[in-house]
Amino acid sequence: MVSVDATALGSTLPQVVKPARYTGGEWNSVVKDWERTPIKFALAYPDVYEVGMSNLALMILYDILNQQEDALAERVYTPWVDMEQAMRASGIPLYSLESRHPLHEFDIVGFTLPYELNCTNVLTMLDLGGIPLLASERNDAHPLIIGGGSGTYNPEPLVDFFDLFVVGEGEEVILELLQLYRDCGENRNRYLLRAAETDGAYVPSLYEVTYSDDGTVREVSPTHESAKPSITKRIVDSLPPPPTKVVVPFVQAVHDRATIEIQRGCTQGCRFCQAGMIYRPLRQRPQEEILAAADKLLAATGYEELALVSLSSCNYTGIEGLVEQLLARHGPTYTSISLPSLRMDSFSLRLAEMFHGRRKTGLTFAPEAGSERLRRVINKNLNHDDILSTAESAYNSGWHRIKLYFMIGLPTETMEDVEAIAALVNELRAVGRRARGKKAELNVSVATLIPKPHTPFQWIPLEDRASLDEKHHVLRNQIRGRGLKLSWNDPQTSLLEAALSRGDRRLGKVILHAWQAGARFDAWSEALDTQRWWQAFSAQGLDPAFYARRERPLDEVLPWDHISAGVSKEYLVAELRRSLAEEATLDCREGSCRTCGILETFHRDPEAMQQGRWGCVGVQQSAQ
Amino acid sequence: MERTQRLRVTFAKGEEVKYISHLDLMRLWERALRRAGVPLLYSKGYNPRPKISLAAPLAVGITGQREIMDVSLERPLAPLDFATAVKRQLPAGITLIEVQEVYVTLPALQTLVQSTHYLATVDTSEETTDVEVRVASLLRAEHLRRRRREKEYDLRPLIEELWLEATDEDQCTLGMKLRAGEGGTGRPDEVLAELGLTDQVERITRTQIHFAPAGET
Repeated sequence: MVSVDATALGSTLPQVVKPARYTGGEWNSVVKDWERTPIKFALAYPDVYEVGMSNLALMILYDILNQQEDALAERVYTPWVDMEQAMRASGIPLYSLESRHPLHEFDIVGFTLPYELNCTNVLTMLDLGGIPLLASERNDAHPLIIGGGSGTYNPEPLVDFFDLFVVGEGEEVILELLQLYRDCGENRNRYLLRAAETDGAYVPSLYEVTYSDDGTVREVSPTHESAKPSITKRIVDSLPPPPTKVVVPFVQAVHDRATIEIQRGCTQGCRFCQAGMIYRPLRQRPQEEILAAADKLLAATGYEELALVSLSSCNYTGIEGLVEQLLARHGPTYTSISLPSLRMDSFSLRLAEMFHGRRKTGLTFAPEAGSERLRRVINKNLNHDDILSTAESAYNSGWHRIKLYFMIGLPTETMEDVEAIAALVNELRAVGRRARGKKAELNVSVATLIPKPHTPFQWIPLEDRASLDEKHHVLRNQIRGRGLKLSWNDPQTSLLEAALSRGDRRLGKVILHAWQAGARFDAWSEALDTQRWWQAFSAQGLDPAFYARRERPLDEVLPWDHISAGVSKEYLVAELRRSLAEEATLDCREGSCRTCGILETFHRDPEAMQQGRWGCVGVQQSAQ
Repeated sequence: MERTQRLRVTFAKGEEVKYISHLDLMRLWERALRRAGVPLLYSKGYNPRPKISLAAPLAVGITGQREIMDVSLERPLAPLDFATAVKRQLPAGITLIEVQEVYVTLPALQTLVQSTHYLATVDTSEETTDVEVRVASLLRAEHLRRRRREKEYDLRPLIEELWLEATDEDQCTLGMKLRAGEGGTGRPDEVLAELGLTDQVERITRTQIHFAPAGET
């Protein structure tokens, strides 16, 4: 088999924006001998190169797979609209960056599914890669199409296009699926039946979904004995060492820096946050391992910035000492250290002082709600005085721009709560002006809550259009003036995102229809045409509001109920009730165990969990 | 304090990396030099940057046979040691050709550039008009008014020399020496467009960058 024709590519690339997105050859990219490596794995990310290259999960899998002697892993991203057209015009199939082989020549194509609105890009990649879109139309001659990532916690809208999903963390299960491929990869059906028995693997074709007259799901039932009634996510007991020989892109990536995941999971329990629920339990990476990895990673990449990532890096035990040591080791070579998420308190500010040094441009915080009452509803436990004093000390110690994230459409929210956002912003603006005069800037971003599967808010509706419009109106009126910038989500986009993230299997036809009508890069506002989607919904006799804006009874079968994040439904219901009663829930590292179910699901030996540094109090208690 | 050092690096930018932009190339060098562990000299101030400068940006899609870059080091390093360390850190397509020490006090590299040489190979298999005729008529013109990015300019004074380097049955190679620097920079694709050859271009390579002789600036 031959790789993509160089001459055709040579006349295509000069016509497109940023052609180096499509040429590979980056430092640390791994090009194995195609002919001599039996198992060929493509790692696909359904967005443009610069976004995909910032994804850590894909880099972890790339590293693991390429360490296998009999397997190769090559990367493939979605060509931007101009490149897709140019490729179709000159008959160039979607090809991998390493060896430039068409996608259909790989044995397995693994997609990372990070975000619902990327879904049409999956179709573009399959189609352009010469692979039939529908799993039912594929046979032994086609690659197996596997999906992973946070998108698989409700994979139902995508089941038509995938053979297999992996729910949860991929580090171990990817090798099990590879071993299975060695055993029976040549026979697709046998492979899928055996894969279905693997923990964390979901083969959607082995399940049947029935619906009630009102359009809700009645039952999701296995149709084969190999298929489990419920698929529980995979986790690793402790984080494997982070990849240190990562690909350094030529084209500037969205996150153009070295990255170390310092912990996985989060103990704060914010009720709107899907990541906080699905990535449980908290597992910290030992400090020595981070320091050793930083040395190797910076030496292997030459990056001038190191980001310590996790859902809430300020909560890493010993973060101050860690940052100090990293700065002592790498500061002299002008390497900066960053934490992507900061809490709004004096501790975080002190940290920011440490790693920003004299370079003080902007700081980002997420109070999420304007009133203390509503912050209790969502369990974002921050008080007004802390917010004010943190902003004040930030401005006073030299920062001049603060960015704030808020949400609207939260349960129990009234117009008073929305006005409280504006009041808080104006208070902070006054603080800024006192400290920095006209130089003080405040950027305010107000997102609309998308009630996500596997969160305590999974039953509540997306706020309706009229009241969102009204709230946006109030915010626009009350947040204005020099130094203030306000941005918000388009309500139509939120409706689409909510419908896709809360949908069932019937949405497969909607996605296909929208893609055929030209939907591409729907996560990009310049490319999204929601009208195209509403037509696709109505062509299938479906209503996006049914999925997005309907309050679901607690006893309704949710389309994703057969997928388990290890957190119990009882816990989610209890958290929803506490939310509506405006009761805060403590961080899992304080007080007693909140019994979210994660310990019961993964009833591991407490001692092993201790060694794996599980960060919840339940582990400490059961270890004693 | 030890003296600082300035090294002039000659390198080739080949086919593999011809689509990366000028800014991409700057980042590529910064990271390769950091990996090599050479003692880069950083600027002072709030946002310290390594002192690396490329003589002249190369347009996307064009290879360079002898590109020039100055790198400042905070302490002296033998050019050979520099080359040995750096060579191991270069991606395919970037080739180190030469490393020389130059005076720290020389003016910034970009200000010394006077002109650049290019070779452009065009496909003439279906071409009836003689390229030579087109070249001659272009050179006879006093002005060549063109528009680029909404701005009108005169291409003619930017073309110092234009000649037919080689011809064979179905392709020919044009040579050109174009002005570069403060008075304006000639672009080879603009010259080819003026010749009506845009669609026939097979490849373009920059062969040389000319500097003002020392003492002239």
